[in-house]
Parts: sequence; C-alpha cells; structure tokens
Amino acid sequence: MKIIQVYDPALCCSTGVCGVDVDQQLVNFSADLEWAKQNGAQIVRFNLAQQPLEFANNLLVRGFLERSGQEALPLILVDGEFALAGRYPNRAELARWAGIAEAAAETKPASACGSASKCC
Amino acid sequence: MKFLDQPPRFLFFTGKGGVGKTSIACATAIQLAEAGKQVLLVSTDPASNVGQVFGISIGNHITTIPAVPRLSALEIDPQAAAQAYRDRIVGPVRGLLPDAVVKGIEEQLSGACTTEIAAFDEFTALLTDSDLTKAYDHIVFDTAPTGHTIRMLQLPGAWSDFLEEGKGDASCLGPLAGLEKQREQYKAAVDTLTDASKTRLILVARAQQATLREVARTREELAAIGLTRQYLVINGILPSTETTNDPLAVAVYEREQTALHAIPEALRTLPRDLVTLKPFNMVGLDALRHLLADTPVGGKAVVDVPIELGEPGLSELVDVIAADGHGLVMLMGKGGVGKTTLAAAIAVELAQRGLPVHLTTSDPAAHLTETLEGALDNLTVSRIDPHTETERYRQHVLETKGANLDAQGRALLEEDLRSPCTEEIAVFQGFSRVIREAGKKFVVMDTAPTGHTLLLIDATGAYHREVARQISSTSNLHYTTPMMQLQDSKQTKVLIVTLAETTPVLEAANLQADLRRAGIEPWAWIINNSVAATPVLSPLLRSRAANEIREIANVAEQHAQRYAVVPMLKEEPIGVQRLQALAGG
Repeated sequence: MKIIQVYDPALCCSTGVCGVDVDQQLVNFSADLEWAKQNGAQIVRFNLAQQPLEFANNLLVRGFLERSGQEALPLILVDGEFALAGRYPNRAELARWAGIAEAAAETKPASACGSASKCC
Repeated sequence: MKFLDQPPRFLFFTGKGGVGKTSIACATAIQLAEAGKQVLLVSTDPASNVGQVFGISIGNHITTIPAVPRLSALEIDPQAAAQAYRDRIVGPVRGLLPDAVVKGIEEQLSGACTTEIAAFDEFTALLTDSDLTKAYDHIVFDTAPTGHTIRMLQLPGAWSDFLEEGKGDASCLGPLAGLEKQREQYKAAVDTLTDASKTRLILVARAQQATLREVARTREELAAIGLTRQYLVINGILPSTETTNDPLAVAVYEREQTALHAIPEALRTLPRDLVTLKPFNMVGLDALRHLLADTPVGGKAVVDVPIELGEPGLSELVDVIAADGHGLVMLMGKGGVGKTTLAAAIAVELAQRGLPVHLTTSDPAAHLTETLEGALDNLTVSRIDPHTETERYRQHVLETKGANLDAQGRALLEEDLRSPCTEEIAVFQGFSRVIREAGKKFVVMDTAPTGHTLLLIDATGAYHREVARQISSTSNLHYTTPMMQLQDSKQTKVLIVTLAETTPVLEAANLQADLRRAGIEPWAWIINNSVAATPVLSPLLRSRAANEIREIANVAEQHAQRYAVVPMLKEEPIGVQRLQALAGG
C-alpha cells in the first residue's frame, strides 16, 4: 500500500478570515480523501502553518518551497516521490496511487466502453 | 466586600482594560496575606506595574514581597509569552524554510487568540496541583481567560490526536498548535477553572451603561461554561460629595447612578460590591489598603491643574482631512472608547463644510445615528447591526464550509466562528462595498479589523477577490488591492481612539504596532472623554485630570504623529448640534 502525503498551504485556520466563499476544490478534495481512506488508502496531510517542521525536514518539499514558493502548494508525494503539485488530486488520481478499483464512473464522463477498460 | 467573603483557593478578576483589575487584585492579595494566608499574586497586566506598586522588581519568576509577609508575586508578560509560543513552532524552521513562509506562519500566530492561549498555557501549571503552588492558600489572578479560549480548550476536536487522525477541515488548529503539555494537564486546568468550590470569578466594571452591558454578556458566556458563582465589583464610582459647584461632576454622578439603577438583568442577582473613586494613585501599600475600604478618604487634590488645557481639538484634525476633498477615514480602538460618537462628529463636521460624506456605522444602540439620517443634505448614513451581520456571516460559513465536516469538526468550526475576529470581519465585509465610494467622497467608518486580521484577510486574497468582484469594470479607482488603499495615507486616514489612562493608551499603542505590521501607519490619535480638557472644580476630577495630562504627554511624545483631545461632555452628543460642538473644539 503506497503512502500518499499531502502538503497543504497554510490554510486559514480562523475559518472566518478566508471569507464566506468556500474553495470548492478543498471541499471536493476532503470528500475524495474520505472516500479513499474508506477504501483503504493511507493518506496523511500536513499543513504549513501547523506542522512547518514536516515541510522543513523533507528535503524534496523544502527544495520545492525554495524553488517555487508556498504559492505553488499543495504538493503531493507518493511513497516519498513527486506525484502532483499546484492542485489537489481528483478521485481518479487518488484511486490510482492507492490502487483502488475506481468506483462506477463518478469522476469520469460516462463512457460506452465501460468504466474499467481503457479503450476510450 | 462580599467578593472577599470566604474565598476559595483561586480568585480570577476579569473585565476590560483600565477598569482597575490589577489594583483590586493587589488590594485583595494584601488583605488575604494580612489575614494570615499564604498568597501568590499573578499579574498579566501589560502595564505591569505590580512591581512598581510594591516597590520591587518582579518579573517572570515567583518573588516574595518583603513589605507584606506571606505574599509573593509573579508577572506574566502576555506578549512575551506569545512570542515564546510562536518561537516554539517557528524556531525550528527558521532558516530552513523560505523567509516569506516563516513570516506567514508567524502572522497566523500573531493574533489576540494566540496571546490568550499562550497566557493560558502559563496559567495551567498554576492551576493544577504542583510543587510550585502547594505552599499557597490563595492564588489571585488579575486577568482571566475569555469564554472563547476556555471553550476552545474544552472541545475534543481541538486536540492533537484529532489532528493526527486527519479529521476536520485540513486540521485547522491555529493557536493550539504550540501547546506542549499533556492534554490531561490542560483538561485539569479547565476543570479547576470551572469548579466553583475552587475558583471564584470576579467581574470588574465601571458604572457606565455600555461597560455593564458588555460585562453582562461576559457573565452569561462564562456561566454557560460552568463558571456559575460570579461576583461583581463596580469600581471608580464618583461619590456625591464631589458634585458641589461642579456641573460636570454632577453630570458624571448622574450618569453613573442611572447606569447602576439600570443594571442589566444578568448582573442584578450577582453579589455586588461598589468601590468609590479614590483621589490618590494606586501605588504603594497604604493606597491599596484603602482601596477596598469604604471610608471616604478626604482627598484634596494637591495638584494644580490649569483650567485651560491648550491641546489641539478635533476640528484641527478635520481641517487637514477636509483638504483632500475625499477619502476613507477609519476609526480604530478598543470597545467603549467612543469611536461611534467621534465618527459621527467628524462626518457631521465634514458635511457642514459642504463636503459629500457617507458615514458607515456599527452603532448597536442606533439612537446616535437615528438623529443624523436626513439631517444634512450631503450626509448619507448606513448602519449595520454588528450582531445581525456576524450571525448571518456565521450561518453562511457553517452552511458552506461546515457542510462536509463531521460532528467534531463542525463543533470546532462553530467555536472558531465565535472568536472576536469573526465579528471584525463580518462588520468589515458589511462596510466593504461602501469603501470604493472613497474615491469620490468621504467615507467615515467607525470600526475596522485589527492589523493582524487585515493581514490574514489580505494574505488569502479572499477579501481582494470579494471586493474586486463588487467593483464594476468601469470603475475609475486606481488602487490594485484594498490593502494597498488602506496603506496609502493619501487615500485612507486611520484614527486611533483612546482614553487618557494608562492601560487604554498601552492597548492603543499595541493596536498601532499591529497596524504598522500590516504596513498601515495611523494618521492621528484622538484622546476622548478627557476630564483634563474640561474645566472642573471637584477635587477628585482634578486629580484625575492631573493623571490624564501625563498620559496625554505620553501620546504626544511617544505614540502619535498628530493628535486631538476631546473633552468629556455633560450630555451625550446626540443630534447634529451637539456633535458639532464636539468637533468644533
């Protein structure tokens, strides 16, 4: 089972401060995360404002921050290697990393080929 | 004094800055020590004059007071505690992570909530039985944690095991991240605090309607958490003996008595003590021993206070403001200093000069603004009710962000939204659509978020997006972000309002430091309700005036680039004419 590590930007913790608008990306990701975990995925999240040491102690993450700044977060590592940066993964990506058989076409458009095959 | 009748081990005094908590706490500690008890006095007073009061230097370690057998004292500097707290989190990553990142994290941890948590962290050891404190029969604290702080710590969702399980909205803990002790210790501290057999909470207030309403809210908030047996002390009451030949003293006396008679329901049933205003300063053992004594002290003011103060008045500030023809004028300051009234006075004064003015006010009582609507042609008044705005805002965030959280996450979010910052933001957002009018007219706002909150709002860019969306594409405003508008003193003048008293001036100075961190340089200070600026004959008031002069000099020399002193008025300045008198100088 691969370990997925999500390095979040310093999300505003005083939630009111971020304004009334919800970042829909975050909402979706939280739901996808929950789904993945329920299907056995091993995912850990680190927040820059809460666990800055996690960012500092990981050479890949630290280097990334120095090169591209905190604006480039979130950063996702799978088994310690770069997987994705700049946006949150969608359910299909999480499923792929965690080796979960994708549930019936929730994130993929309806396809005549059937959800599991790659013919389309 | 009722509040000293059979006191339990821990005594906490609470109330806003300047009401007299430290003096009363010192007087209490002395009285208990002289009654034969071993007492530890803990002060988090930012003015930290406890050492001065006893004539020795104390600091962040328990120090015995030679002049009072059985009494020891400890000073906790809340700002230093907050800095140590921040350093625990940020220290290990300084130099490892980019500077911008480190600064961002530090800012997240630079608000009042973090200072509160850091102070609580220091209290915890004192509240839970330990070798440190078993020698003391009583521990007296001159401040208390807020209801919000206590509730945060009580939430199961606030703790690190919760965090590790990855629940909640990206584990938003904020200020709690730096707590190091075991969770059980914090729980024990909170339990002690909420146990009436161990802790007595004493609310300290002044005889003013707004203050008493505020204290009533605190009382209910804390009672809801379990601190039920509270006491009330009303401090600094002007005795009737002072009112001879002095119309201002008469007015003050009558206002105070009215406030006392109209005391809010929530406070009526509390055991109440009244402490009269003393002519002497609260320095030295003798003064403190007399503070709680009811014997009227024959105070003759030995200070010669000039009848004419000769300080700049509000109209001089308005002269300079008016010269620009338009702009945003924001009044900032702690609750109760008079921002709403002064905003109205400035708005009226500008309007009287023929300038177009939009006054936005969060006046909860509304009676001030009711008299202004329609009063002058070029004066528009917008009023928002801060409670309604905040509640609406909370509901919206709970419905959107809270929708996907589990019960614990939601409880955490709800509590987070009860932080004082939330009201700041809700009100500011209520005002924000008016801000763009500042390009063409004067917009006068009677309140604004702190520098810390502004920085956080700006950092996330959310406010920027919000306002940018509201500005039409044909707008001729030239600023790039709202923050830049606030930082440009040609477009925005920030006025800090305070009272000529030690703690209020200190709190205003902290507000100023906060704003400077956000790149906003306050333009002027207004010292409100000054007795020194009014001719008075009453010895007590003249004595108070003498103390004010010291604080006014402090403001003029150390804090403000320019300032004005506004006199205390005999009547509430309701209506255009009286408001003009305020500004007219």
